[in-house]
Amino acid sequence: MTSTLAPSFLDQAGSPELPAPRGPLSGAVIGALRGAPLGPVDPGGAEPYGDDLQLALHCCYELHYRGFAGVDAEREWDPELLGVRRELERVFLAALRADVEPGDDVTAEVDALLVEPIGPGVRGVSHHLQREGTLEQLREYVAHRSIYHLKEADPQAWAIPRLSGAAKAGLVTVEHDEYGSGRPERMHALLFAEMMTELGLSDAYCAYVEHVPGETLAEVNLMSLCGLHRSLRGASVGQFAMVELTSSPGSERLVRGMRRLDCGPASIRFYDEHVEADAVHEQVVRRSVLAPLLAAEPELAADVVFGIRASLFLGERMGERLLGCWDRGETSLRMPLA
Amino acid sequence: MADPGPTRVLLTDEGPALISGPVELELPDGTRVRSDRAVTAVCHCRRSKRYPICDASHRRKVRQEGPDA
Ligand code: FES
Ligand SMILES: [Fe+2]
Ligand SMILES: [Fe+2]
Repeated sequence: MTSTLAPSFLDQAGSPELPAPRGPLSGAVIGALRGAPLGPVDPGGAEPYGDDLQLALHCCYELHYRGFAGVDAEREWDPELLGVRRELERVFLAALRADVEPGDDVTAEVDALLVEPIGPGVRGVSHHLQREGTLEQLREYVAHRSIYHLKEADPQAWAIPRLSGAAKAGLVTVEHDEYGSGRPERMHALLFAEMMTELGLSDAYCAYVEHVPGETLAEVNLMSLCGLHRSLRGASVGQFAMVELTSSPGSERLVRGMRRLDCGPASIRFYDEHVEADAVHEQVVRRSVLAPLLAAEPELAADVVFGIRASLFLGERMGERLLGCWDRGETSLRMPLA
Repeated sequence: MADPGPTRVLLTDEGPALISGPVELELPDGTRVRSDRAVTAVCHCRRSKRYPICDASHRRKVRQEGPDA
């Protein structure tokens, strides 16, 4: 089977360049990856969701995905870097645990996510882009989202070997669909890359890391944090559930916004696919992942709720950053798109 | 290959019927809709804008008025 779209994205196995540091923490990590000795790193006083700490964490985590150009792949298991990552994670996780109300009623949490607020009073990025956002704002939104979507489903794949039985089978059912059900040309990451190309953006992996603020990196770092720690597997499932449960209506709003802005077919296709796919994924996550997981390991309920609420919390911070900048007539990125 | 058994259809109380395996749905007018997903959610509430495929339109909605509404 050949695709006429010539999916260059599928052939991109290369590693991105190291980004520029944004402070002492990211400076120490990026310096070490460039070969400098790793000095003392103390994230204690750092802003937990700020650019410096989040970029440092991003670089630590990317070693487990695609790595960086010119950096030995074995640095993934460099004990010094892993030690720094641990310190950064402690600060990030402690802030989230303090900012997120604890709970253990997963059913109530899920039911709340399934009620859709509508009407002119709802503030949200997808609502704004549906109603009145500009094409430039839509392109910025896609650049922010590219940090995750060009590796869509990868952070949650770390959870697979950490689950067992029915919950594992359920998670794999959804992941398989995210990866195109065996058809690379249907991979969601590829559909995203095709949308980027159509919108005149680079579809290179991590091309917009320099552009995106800490708010954007924090959302993706939460996924990696929960995926890479077996102790946080409940939170990983919670984060995954939050995305799958809320994506379908949000995607519908983006489809409408894109039609209003006369976007091309590849752009509309990505969100259009997610309206339908995530209406099913919601059902599979609830019935075939959450239910068997909590039956087998009821003690994970609090972490599932934490994963849901922490990703909602970071999602709202990112949304506020975008809407706040746009309200003031500014770019939501650290530098405007070319 | 092992017999996969009969097709499983789960009728939910809130919205769609969940059918496992690829399916082809035929509408009264003869139109056919094919879905290759591992699970397909077929709309039973009739509110889907992509009928016969569920698009989550069955969800409960709460209205929030604007600041000047
Ligand atoms: S059952 Fe979901 S939209 Fe009708
Ligand atoms: Fe997806
Ligand atoms: Fe999904």
